[in-house]
Amino acid sequence: MPSSNPLKGRGELRDQPGRRRTRRATDRGNSSRAPNPANVTHPGAWWTWSLGLATAATRTTNPLLLTLLITVTAYVVATNRTPTPWSRSYTAFAKLALAVLLIRLLFATALGSPIPGTHTLLTLPEVPLPHWAQGIRLGGKVTAEGLTFAFYDGLKLATLLICVGAANALANPARLLKSLPGALYETGVAVVVALTFAPNLVADVQRLRAARRLRGRPDRGLRGLLQVGLPVLEGSLERSVALAAAMDARGYGRTAQVPASVRRTTTALTLGGLLGVCAGTYGLLTAEGGGYGLPLLLAGVVAAAAGLRLGGRRTLRTRYRPDPWGARAWLVAGSGAAVAALLTLASVRDPGALAPGVVPLVAPTLPLWPAAAVLLGLAPALPTFKEPS
Amino acid sequence: MIRFEDVSVTYDGAAQPAVQGLDFEVPEGELVLLVGPSGVGKSTLLGAVSGLVPHFTGGTLRGRVTVAGRDTHTHKPRELADVVGTVGQDPLSHFVTDTVEDELAYGMESLGLAPDVMRRRVEETLDLLGLAGLRDRPLATLSGGQQQRVAIGSVLTPHPQVLVLDEPTSALDPAAAEEVLAVLQRLVHDLGTTVLLAEHRLERVVQYADQVVLLPAPGAAPVLGSPAEVMAVSPVHPPVVALGRLAEWTPLPLTVRDARRRADGLRERLAGQEPARGTTLFTGPLPDSRPPTTRWRIRKTPAPTPARTAEVQALSVRRAGIDALRRVDLTLAPGETVALMGRNGAGKSTLLNTLVGLVAPTSGSVRVGGLTPHRTAPRDLVRRVGLVPQEPRDLLYADTVAAECTAADADAGAEPGTCRALVSDLLPDVTDDIHPRDLSEGQRLALALAIVLTARPPLLLLDEPTRGLDYAAKSRLVTILRALAAEGHAIVLATHDVELAAELAHRVVLLAEGEVIADGPTAEVVVASPSFAPQTTKILAPQQWLTVAEVREALA
Repeated sequence: MPSSNPLKGRGELRDQPGRRRTRRATDRGNSSRAPNPANVTHPGAWWTWSLGLATAATRTTNPLLLTLLITVTAYVVATNRTPTPWSRSYTAFAKLALAVLLIRLLFATALGSPIPGTHTLLTLPEVPLPHWAQGIRLGGKVTAEGLTFAFYDGLKLATLLICVGAANALANPARLLKSLPGALYETGVAVVVALTFAPNLVADVQRLRAARRLRGRPDRGLRGLLQVGLPVLEGSLERSVALAAAMDARGYGRTAQVPASVRRTTTALTLGGLLGVCAGTYGLLTAEGGGYGLPLLLAGVVAAAAGLRLGGRRTLRTRYRPDPWGARAWLVAGSGAAVAALLTLASVRDPGALAPGVVPLVAPTLPLWPAAAVLLGLAPALPTFKEPS
Repeated sequence: MIRFEDVSVTYDGAAQPAVQGLDFEVPEGELVLLVGPSGVGKSTLLGAVSGLVPHFTGGTLRGRVTVAGRDTHTHKPRELADVVGTVGQDPLSHFVTDTVEDELAYGMESLGLAPDVMRRRVEETLDLLGLAGLRDRPLATLSGGQQQRVAIGSVLTPHPQVLVLDEPTSALDPAAAEEVLAVLQRLVHDLGTTVLLAEHRLERVVQYADQVVLLPAPGAAPVLGSPAEVMAVSPVHPPVVALGRLAEWTPLPLTVRDARRRADGLRERLAGQEPARGTTLFTGPLPDSRPPTTRWRIRKTPAPTPARTAEVQALSVRRAGIDALRRVDLTLAPGETVALMGRNGAGKSTLLNTLVGLVAPTSGSVRVGGLTPHRTAPRDLVRRVGLVPQEPRDLLYADTVAAECTAADADAGAEPGTCRALVSDLLPDVTDDIHPRDLSEGQRLALALAIVLTARPPLLLLDEPTRGLDYAAKSRLVTILRALAAEGHAIVLATHDVELAAELAHRVVLLAEGEVIADGPTAEVVVASPSFAPQTTKILAPQQWLTVAEVREALA
């Protein structure tokens, strides 16, 4: 895919004088462009879809169903992703998931497992621990049951991570910001700017470690890393200040005058709403608060939403080309929600198939209709629903 | 449009005001150029227009600055955002969003413009700046010139009446700089925008200015006038003005075209004379310790020499799927100065990084002083080759100049005091206890150069050494580098600065898309290329003079 290479494209662009350059730029621009906002699926839809799949993953430990879920996300990402920097995050999350799975297995091997098992695979030398470390075991018997349990558990966690990775790859987190209510927008910008801090920091560390080599010092090792620490922090701080100055000069934080009564009402509604949400959640989670929990939670949500809406009056901001929530967004979000709902239902109706036992050890079977439900998650990849390009 | 009424700015903890006695007005629809040596307060003056000084930087502003009738005392920068657009030196630190189109819309969103107005203005601005093909591109993937245009576009969409730019072309190659200046020209002519810009590379901008504000020295009152008037007295001036002053042309020409019309007489006086290049190139103002280098060194295929400082053969570097360099051959002999030129992203920095072992070649070979750089331990390599990076600050870790020097001596295994002696040579008035961050751009470069030179590397590499330097700092750098070349150091400069290359380099190597497209004596290569020819060459063509100094010597 040589044409998606921005550096190369740039080099060739300059050769073309005047008008020709513009046309060339259009041609070359196509290959590495982010999706056009006019036909992009709402980022919220992708997040709903992937969180739906993640919810489904929490309902089962069946490795076949989990593998199916991972395959579904991989296929949808492969068919829908755009050649943008953030779309690489799927691979990164997949690697992270694999690491998590391996670490889980390693711990189960080294530290033993609470699962009683009869199929001993191997016996590691056990490290005798003092009596105060009772309950902790190092080494010892490794059973097939324990390993299988750890594998199922690790795979579930890995699937969750991969679902989040899919959301990141399909929807630019910064675009999600556009859908925040006006009152929260500026906090959102601060968060996104803070998030870009990390990649910049990594780039700085790399540059400064290279510079150490120029001074004849070893560019590897922990000492090298520590010595560049201060200059790196100074550099990022300076960049943040420069960005803050640029944002201020471009009108970030301009506010409109609103009457004091509106301001007070906003504060009261927001604070009251948040308190209501907290108390309501507490009520729902405790056994005895079942009666007042739900109404209190709902009232809190309504009050907080009203507070946010009123608070939006203080900001003058308008939105440039907000992402439309169209038929495709409904389909994407709906398919994710359907997978979550059906698997939750299945976990109630048929718990055995969704959580195959490990004691005694049995081979997991693929339950038919939950598997079909997981396949619903493929809907965004259907050619008829693909984004017009 | 912009009014300064007896303005002075004093930063907290500073004994002297950074600028004082500012009392002038910038009329609507003019392009006003702010010139002066480094450190006279150009950025402070620009910041005062947008309100960032003193609201953001701190300090005390006396007097009154009004922009479009709004007093910056009572209006914060964000409340001036609809009348003033500010673009700083580094476009990347200006960007808030991550794609071109969102960046253009950001300022308008903050001001609360209606969605249909925003849409229309984004489309207009995309066309005006020639960015339509890049609208969905992530900002990080754009070239320097494109980023600068997006930065200008992003402050243009709210339709500010005033545009303030700090060194918009310093980091750009000649072609990209012309792109940006053409845009500014168009804004002033078509939209009546008032533009105030500061720039060190006067040869690029002075002909576009309606008025020039000169800050002659720190704390001195500004001189205001037409470009020709101010350039006649300015301590900083482009080569065309230097040549005009030398030949006593009145009125003073500011463009190559004007100068060519008056240059007949000068060409006649110079006819039959040869630029005395053999001596000017090899002996600087400092005494020459070696016999003048013989001519064969600057030929393209040198005769076999016993000592080659570095040799690059069929070098290819591929990084992240990009061919950064393709089959590059380069030989460097002692005492030779080579200018590496080409547009942004042509592979200049990659070539320097390969020579210093930061980048491993994909294929081909690199030998520096008989060693393979990327396989050599840093301790041994510093005695063979030294690189002053684009950002000299990257080389400085300590919090005083003295500590930096002690560390450099230890790193290089040199006698204690070697580095300090070099610093004293290069920067006579810098004391031991100054923090490297408090040095000016030019002083920092000299300090980094001293640190690199402590190990006495026979090969010295400099990446964009003149970025942010004024003419005085640049001519000091030229003197230093000439002396080093005379001592037998081979020097490679990666630069966009054609005037520097003309003055210093024996040989120019042009790179395009990672390939060497020209390699030969400076006079031959730059004269053949319109965008890389220095102003003196353009004025006196077909005679092959490169610098004003050569002409001055010939006339004397």
